[in-house]
Amino acid sequence: MFSPTLKKGSAELLILSLLEGRERHGYEVAKLIRERSGGRLSFQASSLYPVLFRMEKRGWIKGMWVERDGERRRRFYRLTDKGEAALARQRATWREFTLAVNLVVEPSHA
Amino acid sequence: MPDWKKMVEENLPTGRFRGELAADIQAEIADHLEDAYQEALRLGATEEEAVERALAEVDDWEALAERIARSRRDATEGWAAMEVETSEVALRRRGGPWNAAADVLQELRFTLRRLGKAPVFTAAVLLSLGLGIGANTAIYSVVKGVLLDPLPYPDPDRLVAVWNSAPGAGQDLVRQSFALNAVYEDDARAFESVGIWGPSFSTLDGPDGPEQVPAVQVTHGLFPVLGVQPVIGRGFTFEDTQTGSPRTVILSWDTWTRRHGGDPAVIGRTVVLGEIPREVIGVMPEGFRVMDQPAEYYHPFRYTKAELTLTQFTLRSIARLREGVTPGQALAEMEGLLPVAAERYPGGVDLKTLREMGAAPVLHPLKADLVGNVGEVLWVVLAGVAIILLIACANVANLLLVQSESHERAVAIQSALGSSRRRLVLRFLTESVTLGGLGGAVGVGLAVGGLALLRSLGPADLPRLQDIDLDAGVLLLAVLLSLGSGLALGLLPLARAWRLDLCAALKEGGQGTGTGRSRGMVRNAFAVVQLALAMILLVGSGLMIRTFVSLSQVSPGYSDPERLLTFTATDVTTQDDADVPEAHRALAERLARLPGVEAVGLTTTVPMGTGAGFDPIYVEDFPLPEGQQGPIKRFKWIGGGYHEAIGNPVVAGRAITWDDVRELARVVMITEGFAREVWGDPARAVGRRISTGFGPGNWREIVGVVGDVRDDGLDQDPVDIVYWPMAIRDYWPEISDRDALFVQRSMTYVVRSGRTGTPGFLEEVRREVLASFPGRPLVGVRTMASLERDSLARTSFTLVMLAIAAAMALVLGIVGIYGVISYAVGRRTREMGLRMAMGAEPGRVTRMVLRQGLCVALVGVASGMVGALGATRLMRAVLFGVSPADPLTYGATATVIVGVALLATWVPARRAARVDPNEALRAQ
Repeated sequence: MFSPTLKKGSAELLILSLLEGRERHGYEVAKLIRERSGGRLSFQASSLYPVLFRMEKRGWIKGMWVERDGERRRRFYRLTDKGEAALARQRATWREFTLAVNLVVEPSHA
Repeated sequence: MPDWKKMVEENLPTGRFRGELAADIQAEIADHLEDAYQEALRLGATEEEAVERALAEVDDWEALAERIARSRRDATEGWAAMEVETSEVALRRRGGPWNAAADVLQELRFTLRRLGKAPVFTAAVLLSLGLGIGANTAIYSVVKGVLLDPLPYPDPDRLVAVWNSAPGAGQDLVRQSFALNAVYEDDARAFESVGIWGPSFSTLDGPDGPEQVPAVQVTHGLFPVLGVQPVIGRGFTFEDTQTGSPRTVILSWDTWTRRHGGDPAVIGRTVVLGEIPREVIGVMPEGFRVMDQPAEYYHPFRYTKAELTLTQFTLRSIARLREGVTPGQALAEMEGLLPVAAERYPGGVDLKTLREMGAAPVLHPLKADLVGNVGEVLWVVLAGVAIILLIACANVANLLLVQSESHERAVAIQSALGSSRRRLVLRFLTESVTLGGLGGAVGVGLAVGGLALLRSLGPADLPRLQDIDLDAGVLLLAVLLSLGSGLALGLLPLARAWRLDLCAALKEGGQGTGTGRSRGMVRNAFAVVQLALAMILLVGSGLMIRTFVSLSQVSPGYSDPERLLTFTATDVTTQDDADVPEAHRALAERLARLPGVEAVGLTTTVPMGTGAGFDPIYVEDFPLPEGQQGPIKRFKWIGGGYHEAIGNPVVAGRAITWDDVRELARVVMITEGFAREVWGDPARAVGRRISTGFGPGNWREIVGVVGDVRDDGLDQDPVDIVYWPMAIRDYWPEISDRDALFVQRSMTYVVRSGRTGTPGFLEEVRREVLASFPGRPLVGVRTMASLERDSLARTSFTLVMLAIAAAMALVLGIVGIYGVISYAVGRRTREMGLRMAMGAEPGRVTRMVLRQGLCVALVGVASGMVGALGATRLMRAVLFGVSPADPLTYGATATVIVGVALLATWVPARRAARVDPNEALRAQ
């Protein structure tokens, strides 16, 4: 529903915020995005994993293979210090951006 | 339950990722699909629906792999990309014309990214352009430094070389005499200054004994001609040149800094050169040279002006024309001064003889004299590298066309989405100009390296080698070439994209649209052009090889040059002139007794050496009309056994012996050409008489005739030579006493030995010489082989340059034809498959491809031959013993090119035959 460019621009912010304070694996992240946005945003594997790998290469998230009892081996991701800083930056930018757009788009109450 | 792991392994291309990484990625994606499948089932889907749901997670496996690979790269490049992005954003914010700049920056970013993703393509293009631009830059800087740049003196256009001609005596070009120079100094108003210079040696006392260093002798007017004065001290005055005045010397800058520590107090100091103390009066500026001549010291010529005679026309003279005076005006004045010279300095050539010889002054622009005819060679080489650049551009054009086709779909999409024509132009031009610029940078790097190599090799025949530099003018050329080729090359894919059929491009997924036929023909045309150009260069090299072979087969007047050691030794110690020949003979005998020495001979100059004398010759059997001067022949003075040592067999009669020298016999020898010219048969010349002098008389007997000698170089005609014994009584009675002895104190020794060039041999020789002539070092130690190599230097230089160019051209051409054929095969994979599916044997398919390659090669060779016939005409000046249209060379070259082209076609041909018909039919 939303243009690919918009989704691409916000993908990092979405993923980083979901990893705040918790480790998650790839499918879990995708599922949460879909559920919490009420189905409005969805990321397929094709779109999700390139972003995950890119952020991992930058050092914002760290992936580890974990084997839990009763489950098969999975790759979990957690936020690094750099990632937390990046998340804060992106949140701030996002707020400013939406504020700016709203100021222009909403009729002003003089 | 589907095996997701296996499914991912089969579909996700992981070639880009190393072992463990690939396994990890596959495992993670498989997990994801598994989770999606399980969830779908949990939500109530059927097995099929669940599988569908999972498969929908990945739409395009290829794209996914690509994106993962890219994301790993982009992560590290993120910093650079962000930088560029911000400046683009900043530019766009300014609006207006800055948008265009932002567009350019963006295209640049895309271009760099595209180039980075296709490293083989980029490397091939940069290498091709680099070779082409680099070669042109290097050779142009040589041409510029040697031929185009003015001489490094103030107002160089006013500098002329002063010669004379005497056509009546068979001499086109004769050097200058002190007497005539003195007349010009005093009376020629056309000259601001005029002078004489000559290369020379200085002998220093070194730690290992006497050491000889290069020096230059000048008259007092020489430095003013060049317009250069010493930076400290003073130049030479007239007094410094007159015999009896205190001895003076001027240092070169290098000598001053190296040997005297750059101390300004050196002025007034005394240095001992050649055992004579001299006062240092000045130091020349850094980098100064007289006509390219290296020198550590500058000495004045010394003579007594009042006693000069109009003789010895053996000196180099240069002059500076007064402002506003043309060479023609100067010549007119100089002609009028000739009779003045004859009158003022009697005892030499008189007025009558001047008139008979048709003596006249000659002026050359000084640069022309210095550069000589190396220009012919250089222009040929420059043409060669220009051809290389054309070939390189053809190659790159080909590569760009290939690339543009594979990007057809992307371009079509871009256009369909509304990208303007302007944007298309920007895209293609940015790409090709970037390639041009980068190629130019590679080229300049190659040129710098190449020039350094050239300077270190220092081909002996290349004048002004020190003036070659990669200066602003040359760099400008490199920039122009880069931009020019960049722009030109960008036009090709642009032209194609302009006329692109969008619908067809979008539909067919990039496998080919429009007129494949015309595209193929353009391709083939490029390959043909490249092969034709390679053919031209190869023919040029082949002709040079033939030239070289011809030169090595001429009979030069000596044999086994590697066994011939030569050096000049001077007897300064023997008091009486009459005893000098014996001193030399004794040394020759001692040298002959050294182990390994086969023969020893003496002469004043060896073949292709410098400093032979020349004077008129009169033949008793064929008297000339009264008062007419005889033809000028070259003179050499020899000791006994010379011709045996140098390996020039006696054709008739006998050789001059040491007995002849000791007895002052009135004998001479002549060369075969001279004998045939006058008497028809060399044998008939033996016993006849000739003489030299101002007129006939004073006869001496010809005792022997030797083979012709190519004294001016292997590629020049043989010269008529008269050999005199090294001691002569009654030589020129018109000038000296009848009893006076004409004796040579400096003789060039020729030692024939198998040990020449081996370590230790020269030391033994040196010891013997120093024992006989103490305090005087050997001078001019060389082998005949190295003299010969110098004489051939111009030819070998041309050959090496052309051969390098031809090799580059051939490599580029072969790459071109390989690219053409292999691409054509790739496009016709379907067709091949069909044919083989319908029963054609692989052999037939191979032959079909080979035929196509052969066709291209033959057309290329044919056009190349036509081109070569025209181009090699320009090479006439450097060829020897072979015609520019030599059939052997053309035939051999054509065979080589066709052979190599077939070889280049073989690989794609084999590949075509191995195409699996099923796969070919399936592929789309």
